[in-house]
Amino acid sequence: MTTHPSEKKSRFDPEPMPRRDFLGLAALGSMAAAFALSIFGMLKLPKAAVSASPAKKFNVALPDTLPEGEAFIPPGRNVAVFRDGEGVFAISTVCTHLGCIVKTSAAGFDCPCHGSGFQKDGTVRKGPAPTPLPWLKVSKNGGVLTIDEEATVKTGTKV
Amino acid sequence: MKAEGYSALHEFWINLRAIPNHVYRAMFRGGPPKTDRTRSSFIFGNVFLHLHSVRTHLWSLRWSTTMGLGIMTTAAFLITLVTGILLMFYYKPYPDVAYQSIKDIHFIVPTGRFMRNIHRWAANVMVIAVILHMARAFYTASYRKPREFNWFIGWGLLVTTLGLSFTGYLLPWDQLAYWAITIGANIAQSPREITDALGITAWADIGGLQREILLGSDKVGEEALIRFYLLHVMILPLALVMLMAVHFWRIRKDGGLAKPANADELVAEEAKEFYPVFTDAPTKTYHLAAVVKGKTSAVGSGPEHTVPSMPHLFYAELGVLMLTTLICVALAFVSDAPLKELANPLVPENPAKAPWYFLGLQEIVSFSAFMGGIGIPMLCVIGLGLIPFLDREKEGTGEWFGGPGGWKLVKWSAVVGFAASIGVEAFAIHFGWLREWFPDIPQLFITFINPGTVLTAIYAAYSIWAVRKNNSTRAGALALFTCFLCGFIVLTVIGTYFRGPNWDFFWSPSDWGGH
Repeated sequence: MTTHPSEKKSRFDPEPMPRRDFLGLAALGSMAAAFALSIFGMLKLPKAAVSASPAKKFNVALPDTLPEGEAFIPPGRNVAVFRDGEGVFAISTVCTHLGCIVKTSAAGFDCPCHGSGFQKDGTVRKGPAPTPLPWLKVSKNGGVLTIDEEATVKTGTKV
Repeated sequence: MKAEGYSALHEFWINLRAIPNHVYRAMFRGGPPKTDRTRSSFIFGNVFLHLHSVRTHLWSLRWSTTMGLGIMTTAAFLITLVTGILLMFYYKPYPDVAYQSIKDIHFIVPTGRFMRNIHRWAANVMVIAVILHMARAFYTASYRKPREFNWFIGWGLLVTTLGLSFTGYLLPWDQLAYWAITIGANIAQSPREITDALGITAWADIGGLQREILLGSDKVGEEALIRFYLLHVMILPLALVMLMAVHFWRIRKDGGLAKPANADELVAEEAKEFYPVFTDAPTKTYHLAAVVKGKTSAVGSGPEHTVPSMPHLFYAELGVLMLTTLICVALAFVSDAPLKELANPLVPENPAKAPWYFLGLQEIVSFSAFMGGIGIPMLCVIGLGLIPFLDREKEGTGEWFGGPGGWKLVKWSAVVGFAASIGVEAFAIHFGWLREWFPDIPQLFITFINPGTVLTAIYAAYSIWAVRKNNSTRAGALALFTCFLCGFIVLTVIGTYFRGPNWDFFWSPSDWGGH
């Protein structure tokens, strides 16, 4: 491409944006962009795609002698399983306040850490717990129950 | 090229004999610090010392100016650094194995128990010293212009120190550690209390995300342990060291410690004891500060009423370092760091208590997880952090309890601070709270109206009253900060001594019964 002589500017004429300024801004901008992108990439690292935790679904067989209203705690699980005339149901024993493990008591459930209390159906009776203890999904396969600690069901759902 | 009159071999022999002397002189080029000149070069010629000014004002050297609390914090940090590195020789960050390795350190490793005790006590000393140091900087109004930014950095250092303590708490992997961290991680999750109440958790689960990033899993397990370990031995110490560097540098760049306007007159008597400065030189020296504009350093002021930092300041700092070491070692002799039974995810410790400096938080967390664990602490950090930008007054800088209201206001604020916190606690302990009276009350009410928020509101109202009465922001700051300290003390004492199993109130731990 040729330039018409009259358009040719003296090197002393001011440019719209001085070349050095442009290059400096470009350098700064590219650095900021690289920095932001790498931070974004690094922030993704601490959250793994698959969380390292044991299976949340487990099978359990209730003892035939389990009295109505008494909790059966499957070994190694934070779940209380009950059986009454209407069926079987499971309530999580992880306190909804700050994650301590509640104990069954005459009034329902009591938390040792900050004094939350729950009714027998898991609704809050006293203390700082913000929500009721969740009921967990139970499915029957013959005599064996499958309990899924990740799936909650509506309070009062018995199978 | 060999020197005149000697054979090269002879000269080699002379050089060989002179090596110790020459190495010494190559290291310390200025010579021994015996004159003003060599004392100066002793400091600015040394990379570790040159953060210090060459000369120090007599006011800064007074015991009552700082009480050595900043140096004490630094000394405690250095002690935890050394003992922490030694503990890393044996510690293995994996569940159950970690517990065994702490047991090994305690029972098998020579001096292991002693090192762990010192580490634990130095960490406690550091927390106490950093809180007292903050109180000193506040009450002497040392946060004001041009030191606002350094007050900010100081808050960063306080938070990082508490973070270091908290992350260190999990590492032994005993019952105490496991349940304290379970509670801590669930505090991180507590924004769910709000999002659940608003019904938006499914879209914006901030709490769940925070917890998952902290633990690397949905429970406190191997991922959580390695994360806390990494935070404890790498990320937070690096952050702390960087903040410390800025903090120290800014003290120097902000013109040294804050002094009252008439500091020169106050130290005039002491100054007479010292050899006058630059007697045979011009009374003013012109150095880089002379071309620096503004109020950022001791611009335009001469070296009057200052003494060489070597030895006056350094020996004082050394004294504080030795005192801190003595305190930590003495405590480590008489009291062992605790180690309970191995962590058991099925049975919580009862009561499950965090380290003592978090028990005040745990006390308000027992009313509302979100407000106690996140809402009120954030208010404190933001509110107290912004004080230097809200208080732009001049009166009383560098003086204890300086500013309108003064010591009298601080005394009355202490009375209000203690009375309000004890009163609110006594009421909540005796009568219970909203949930006990109205079982069906929506959670949002309890989140926003609970003993913790009520106490905060009382303190805020009292401080606003103090601003109006004295017609001064500084007076409000004095009131608020004093109330904050009193509330912290009362809640911490209640959480530590008066809360037992099920977080019930007990007059004495001996009434806890079997647990």
